[in-house]
Amino acid sequence: MSDTLDSPVATFETAKKLGLLREEYDHICEILGREPNFDELSIYSVMWSEHCSYKNSITWLKTLPKEGPHMLAKAGEENAGLVDIGDGLACAFKIESHNHPSAIEPYQGAATGVGGINRDIFTMGARPIAQLNSLRFGNIDSERTKWLMKGVVRGIGDYGNAFGVPTVGGEVFFDDCYNVNILVNAMSVGVVDTAKTVKAISYGAGNPVFIVGSATGKDGIHGATFASGDLHDDSHEDLPAVQVGDPFQEKLLLEATLELIDTGAVVGMQDMGAAGIICSTSEMSAKGEHGMVIHLDKVPTRQQNMESWEILLSESQERMLVVGKKGMEQAILDVFDKWDLNCTQIGEVTEGERLLFYMNDKLIADVPAESLVLGGGAPVYTREYKEPAYLTKVNSFDKTQVKLPDDLKEVARFLAGHPNIASKKWVYNQYDSMVGTVTMTTNRVSDAAVADVRGTDKAIAMSVDCNARYVYSDPFKGCAIAVSEAARNISCSGAVPSAVTNCLNFGNPYNPEVYWQFVNAIKGMSAACEKFKTPVTGGNVSFYNQSMINKEEVPVFPTPTIGMIGLLESKNNLMTLDFKNEGDHIFLLGKNPEDLNCSEYLYSFHKIKHSPAPYFNLEEEFAVQEFVRSLIRSGVLASAHDVSEGGIFINLLESAMISEIGFGIETDDEIRKDAFLFGEAQGRVMVSVSDANLAIFLELSAASDVEFTKLGETGGKKALIDNEDFGDIINLKSIYENAIGNKMAE
Amino acid sequence: MKFGVVVFPGSNCDRDMEHVLGNVMDQKVEMLWHKEHDLKGCDFIVLPGGFSYGDYLRSGAIARFSPIMQEVLDFADKGGFVLGICNGFQILTEAHLLPGALLHNNNRQFICKNVYITPSTKNSLLTSGISENKAMKIPIAHGEGNYFANDDVIRELNGNDQVLFRYCNSNGEITADSNPNGSLENIAGICNKQRNVFGMMPHPERAADFIQGNEDGKVIFESILNIVNA
Repeated sequence: MSDTLDSPVATFETAKKLGLLREEYDHICEILGREPNFDELSIYSVMWSEHCSYKNSITWLKTLPKEGPHMLAKAGEENAGLVDIGDGLACAFKIESHNHPSAIEPYQGAATGVGGINRDIFTMGARPIAQLNSLRFGNIDSERTKWLMKGVVRGIGDYGNAFGVPTVGGEVFFDDCYNVNILVNAMSVGVVDTAKTVKAISYGAGNPVFIVGSATGKDGIHGATFASGDLHDDSHEDLPAVQVGDPFQEKLLLEATLELIDTGAVVGMQDMGAAGIICSTSEMSAKGEHGMVIHLDKVPTRQQNMESWEILLSESQERMLVVGKKGMEQAILDVFDKWDLNCTQIGEVTEGERLLFYMNDKLIADVPAESLVLGGGAPVYTREYKEPAYLTKVNSFDKTQVKLPDDLKEVARFLAGHPNIASKKWVYNQYDSMVGTVTMTTNRVSDAAVADVRGTDKAIAMSVDCNARYVYSDPFKGCAIAVSEAARNISCSGAVPSAVTNCLNFGNPYNPEVYWQFVNAIKGMSAACEKFKTPVTGGNVSFYNQSMINKEEVPVFPTPTIGMIGLLESKNNLMTLDFKNEGDHIFLLGKNPEDLNCSEYLYSFHKIKHSPAPYFNLEEEFAVQEFVRSLIRSGVLASAHDVSEGGIFINLLESAMISEIGFGIETDDEIRKDAFLFGEAQGRVMVSVSDANLAIFLELSAASDVEFTKLGETGGKKALIDNEDFGDIINLKSIYENAIGNKMAE
Repeated sequence: MKFGVVVFPGSNCDRDMEHVLGNVMDQKVEMLWHKEHDLKGCDFIVLPGGFSYGDYLRSGAIARFSPIMQEVLDFADKGGFVLGICNGFQILTEAHLLPGALLHNNNRQFICKNVYITPSTKNSLLTSGISENKAMKIPIAHGEGNYFANDDVIRELNGNDQVLFRYCNSNGEITADSNPNGSLENIAGICNKQRNVFGMMPHPERAADFIQGNEDGKVIFESILNIVNA
């Protein structure tokens, strides 16, 4: 065994090619007390990439609210957030992006995104019970968008369906700004016995270190660096940086991992995602304040003649690093043998904090773990920011210049069939939404997806939300709206908002206007999360979502996707959104101002691309949600549905279509009719109440501070607005249900 | 009645089946690992849904070579009851315990949604308790569920009353529009000539509990138990 490093020194020229800055190279030399070799430089380049180090975002991420009495793991400290849900159980959940890989190779990019986020959940000991996703594509009429969408949806489906965890909810949004750089954000939610949670930690000198799961190949090398750069015309040449997924291996790994935990032989465990072996070894070691000796030649490989740095950095999927208890090696090996998975000891834990990597008994890298990781030696930058110039256009919007269309029925049909509003069933019918048999919302449609927590009275409500147009118009308000809408969906299901995971998709952080969007979105998120008492448990940041158009860097809309979970204390209280009976009374809860801002109607029908974010008041929003939840608990509501994209009209239609029960409502003379029907002011919930419950509903409403308005009644087969026939529900339903499928078949 | 649920690597409806048989129907359930050779004295074997061995070749093509399948074949040969659901049905056709094959859905996509099926015969363990023409809302979730067999086999299936279920609309009418995957004659489930081996693509275990908000599938399990208990 050779314990001296004698490989040639790597210069700054090489560092630059790996994406490192001069100051970063100098800092590496300072840490090591010498110049690094190529393996070491590769290690720093991936660990200090934006993707792993959060170097340009961490300063602001630290300002997010993280505390709560029900939090079991601090944000960013474990693979996912962990929330106590009582009965000795906890909920592990997280959302993550896979944008750049999906933009190049949509099928594998999306599939491995699903695989990665699920590993984050079960590596903590939790069994995933539900998945969600948030997808953003460009113009649906373009062939490229259709190709991307077919690939992404098939990728998510093939992976998630075989893995055997239901995909229960999500969002799909189209806008030209995502034509090149699509967004694919995947969320997983799991449940774990609080006594069986596993940490991503390594300690105890002499304890064995195992690599388990798939063999290591050359796929995904420098993927983390790739995710931290621009997408450009030649990006397809980066294909080796995209990983390949194997859901069968993942399913075996899930079952084996959960069995492994029961053996009591585990010290710590972390999945291998971005930056592979180097990321898991350094993060676990740094947290446990220990070192490791790792023999890279012992790692099972898929290809012959892999270089040491390739093994270190490979992002091959379906692998985990397990630190076991010395003397219990056989128990670990037996579990993986049962499941026919690789399980190989590749090293052991040492005193001190140095990571020593050997290849064929020759030392090839010697780095302090702490120097590599976020919160340790990884660089932290504060970027400058300035208010974007486009905001003057946003703020010069004047609604009086918007002509009231002659035929609002045409607008109604246009919106019902608009891809951003129409049914996403072409997408979700390709996902197994029921495997596991805990999905409660298949036959009870609700604003949030709800999954049963077996063996308890409880259920978990989940939602992913972000209207990125609102965020573009006003990042603070827009991001506060994203949190509020997620909470509103959860409240309308009857559950209490509990905690948040976020996926922050932005452009280039070195662009001060982009960074201004980022900073203000974080501030808006903080404000709303404080109000709802929903701490931010983790997630990820994806910068460089942009495309080069005529040599100009054009960022996507700032898209801070919010994934939220809520707790339904009694699953019998689950509230649904469909009208139940003819002759029920329809009420709007919340203030109903005249507002056209940022609506799909304004943006797509009038093609007015710049307007301020819609009406939003955090205090009113909070009060409406509390009130809705109290009404649900008291059992007086027949349905509850939050008013969002498409406004009151689309909201009514969505409640009407399921049972094909029509409605008749009256608008308000004080409010222009297009704004009344299609405006997207926030903080509003539409409810229906039976005759029998009307008196008590009115009594409760009168006693509350929340404004409420009678809209009309359910009944008949039509959509009647001020006694004008806006169409048969069944015909509008046909437009709504088939719009996306028809586009995809064109 | 003791049920045995086979667990192949990649099975993912095994625990769902265990839940319905054990917790909802209150029966004894043994999980049978694919590497074993022991059916543990079970009276009724279920091959659950999922993606056995990843189904990277043809669905079910590899699972039939599992050690436990030797025992299942012997068990079926001696008249033991075997039910395959979804991937289980695919495995039973690959193992030639049931005729025909499950091809790719005719739209070439995985489909997960509620569909309606109606019993085609009263003369089977699964359907004896179901009223004729009843439309049962039961979900499907598969990429390869398009039932195909040659004309002779189809004639034989019909002649021997071996078709258990057909896809239908909510009124129980067997129509082209209600066929979700292109299956010949809307066939959703069949049995063998000896009427002890059953296969169906829809998932009754996903429609048998209060949690799902749809208990249409429960009648199939009740039907199995009524006859055997009688």
